[in-house]
Amino acid sequence: MQFMLLFSRQGKLRLQKWYVPLSDKEKKKITRELVQTVLARKPKMCSFLEWRDLKIVYKRYASLYFCCAIEDQDNELITLEIIHRYVELLDKYFGSVCELDIIFNFEKAYFILDEFLLGGEVQETSKKNVLKAIEQADLLQEFQKLL
Amino acid sequence: MVASSSSLKLQDLIQEIREAKTQAQEREVIQKECAHIRASFRDGDPLHRHRQLTKLLYVHLLGYPAHFGQMECLKLIASPRFTDKRVGYLGAMLLLDERQDAHLLITNSIKNDLSQGIQAVQGLALCTLSATGSAEMCRDLATEVEKLLLQPSAYVRKKAVLTAVHMIRKAPELSDIFLPPCAQLLHEHHHGILLGTITLITELCERSPAALKHFRKMVPQLVHILRTVVTTGYSKEHSISGVSDPFLQVQILRLLRILGRNHEESSETMNDLLAQVATNTDTSRNAGNAVLFETVLTIMDIRSAAGLRVLAVNILGRFLLNTDRNIRYVALTSLLRLVQSDHSAVQRHRPTVVECLREPDGSLSRRALELSLALVNSSNVQAMIQELQGFLESCPPDLQADCASGILLAAERFAPTKRWHIDTTLRVLTTAGTHVRDDAVASLTQLIGGAQELHAYSVRRLYSALAEDISQQPLVQAATWCIGEYGDLLLEGSCEETEPLQVEEEEVLALLERVLQSHMSLPATRGYALTALVKLSTRLRGDKSCLDVELQQRAVEYNTLFQKYDHMRAAILEKIPLVERGGSQVDEEAKESKETAQLSEAAPVPTEPQASKLLDLLDLLDGPSGDAQHPRPLDPTPGSALIHLLNLPCAPPPPAPIPNLKVFEREGLQLDLSFVRPPGTPTLLLITVTATNTSGGDVTHFICQAAVPKSFQLQLQAPSGDTVPAQGGLPMTQLLRILNPKKAPLRLKLRLTYNHFGQSVQEIFEVNNLPVEAWQ
Repeated sequence: MQFMLLFSRQGKLRLQKWYVPLSDKEKKKITRELVQTVLARKPKMCSFLEWRDLKIVYKRYASLYFCCAIEDQDNELITLEIIHRYVELLDKYFGSVCELDIIFNFEKAYFILDEFLLGGEVQETSKKNVLKAIEQADLLQEFQKLL
Repeated sequence: MVASSSSLKLQDLIQEIREAKTQAQEREVIQKECAHIRASFRDGDPLHRHRQLTKLLYVHLLGYPAHFGQMECLKLIASPRFTDKRVGYLGAMLLLDERQDAHLLITNSIKNDLSQGIQAVQGLALCTLSATGSAEMCRDLATEVEKLLLQPSAYVRKKAVLTAVHMIRKAPELSDIFLPPCAQLLHEHHHGILLGTITLITELCERSPAALKHFRKMVPQLVHILRTVVTTGYSKEHSISGVSDPFLQVQILRLLRILGRNHEESSETMNDLLAQVATNTDTSRNAGNAVLFETVLTIMDIRSAAGLRVLAVNILGRFLLNTDRNIRYVALTSLLRLVQSDHSAVQRHRPTVVECLREPDGSLSRRALELSLALVNSSNVQAMIQELQGFLESCPPDLQADCASGILLAAERFAPTKRWHIDTTLRVLTTAGTHVRDDAVASLTQLIGGAQELHAYSVRRLYSALAEDISQQPLVQAATWCIGEYGDLLLEGSCEETEPLQVEEEEVLALLERVLQSHMSLPATRGYALTALVKLSTRLRGDKSCLDVELQQRAVEYNTLFQKYDHMRAAILEKIPLVERGGSQVDEEAKESKETAQLSEAAPVPTEPQASKLLDLLDLLDGPSGDAQHPRPLDPTPGSALIHLLNLPCAPPPPAPIPNLKVFEREGLQLDLSFVRPPGTPTLLLITVTATNTSGGDVTHFICQAAVPKSFQLQLQAPSGDTVPAQGGLPMTQLLRILNPKKAPLRLKLRLTYNHFGQSVQEIFEVNNLPVEAWQ
């Protein structure tokens, strides 16, 4: 995976995870164009589109778009599963997640993602293990506060 | 000193930003808070540093600058507190990618964190390294990561493996370090580590043929692993919709694909397993289909058994019927990739593919179109074109051009009869005329010209189409050309194949005038119409003389009109000369010619330079039987140019009883002459030069020039093109009009220049064995 973007229906960015090195300017340009392209899609269209030399896989969950850029040899259908798994993880962590959770706890959204994907690849296929790791880290954080 | 109490908590900041009603308001809130944050970085309590950075990262997400936080990231990463590291590393990943100068400064911290004992901290370091580590950093830290591959903690091992993947991507020479541990890692039971290992091996194999060879030995082991995953009972932890760890399955299948590619033995080893996965995977949900899809991709890419390939294509065929349009999409994409190599297998699914043309989603219908066009062959062409014509009528505009040219190409390749071909082309021009490519007109006129038995039919159909709609330029151009060529057939009698149509001369002329006058007609189209009018003047039986005068007048009028277009580079109109019989009116032509120009796609205008070349040619013709005359166009006065007729796609004139003559052949390039003596003009001879190329190389920059004896008058029409494509591609034709008032024996000299097989060629020769019917 080259990058993942989360954005609202108004085009506001809620999370950006880049797995390739690009300048801030390039990232902004890509984000702007891609958000526009995806928001222009009609509801009945499929989740895949070709954009520049990348394949884009996107899915809308309530008011949030989850959008991944994958390479030519990557499997689009499994990418949909990756997106879905991430949403499930967020849901489990926040308890019935909604966009507001991700806005007010954006750093947590990143931490969760970083326990699921690493360097753009899936690192853990057990939902339980991912959530356990986050739990441990949160505990560690709390514990250190007491010291 | 800034009172920290006036700085906001993260949640409050976010709230305030959201409440801002305008962009300006938002900016104000953020700028105010950033000032606090900056101050806090400078002299604030280090304990709160992580909170300040978190706020900064939030505004960065909204698009505001945050570079002043870069050094804070470094400080936080170096702190012993986990909270600080967590935010610090996040900040590093967002603000400190490898393009930043400060990037390398985190190397030391990462190194320290990798080797200390808390796995959560090691995890943070590995994560940051694999997300943004530069090549240099990777080289520095490779051995640290290698050590971690042997760590007791599975959590750390799984992250270390994927970090190794990133390191190899950035610094491929590190493959040497990370190849050896793979064998051991493949024995892991932890799905995450196993998955990471498979990913690592895949990366190694893609980068090095030696690694590929090395890991081929492990194919049996990989097959075993996959089989275990698939057949092991339901593991709630790793399953999705009843499919065991689809992520792992897909990754293994992908590795198998790479290992089995072009390798019989490996392919055979995985054959059974692939068949098993292909038949047993639950396809009710996306997870199963994802695995199935990867299986199909692998089957098609390795040296699999024929039966397995058919199975794979059939799976794709089933995908096409799936209600989930995502599944249909990947099926269409994959089938498109397979249509060349496994044509007959894909053909079986043609009806389903055609159904997909009706998809409302543009990206699906586009693929269906491409695939449909690839599936047209001689046995299904009529049915397929029927479907595609239907699609053309209703498809979105951005697909019309591709659909139209696709249909025309398919028609050219597989037309069962010429009449069907003409009908099909006509229908495309009527439906999507504005989207067809430029050469469609040329192709149609060639097609019609070469089918004598269909001239009457064609001209009637085109006339009717034109009468209905004069707006679609390619149709109008083709129709007017046809009317010009075969107007006589239009007016006389009836044609069995069309409905009876009584057409009067006046109607025809009126229609052509309408085309001329219409503001929708391009300059090129007007040219066609004018030429048609001119040609008709030689063919109609009506009162020709007043027609001629009328035309002369028209020509002058239009010349003025056309001068308006002179500034347009792309399509400048040519001045119309009149076709006269006999020599006396030739002077009139000289008076009336002004600047010349050229119509769009056809041929280059012979200009002054060519005039001098003709001179050369003529010098050579000064031979025993008297001097040759300069072809009429040559005029010493500057500014006057050659007279030519408007460019037309040259079609062979109506066949005459005079036999054709092959006059030249060299390395596959052949020149034939065909002769026509139009009835009613005994002194006029029309010669069509046709150049065909059966060699393997294109002939380019082809120029043919001619010279005749003094008493003749020669007009060279512009050729249909200057390229004769290889392998029997579209021939080039050129019309020569020769007036022979004295009925002298015809002599003809030709000069050819062209490029072929990288050589420039010049040939000059006199045509021998000219048939006597050409001048008697």
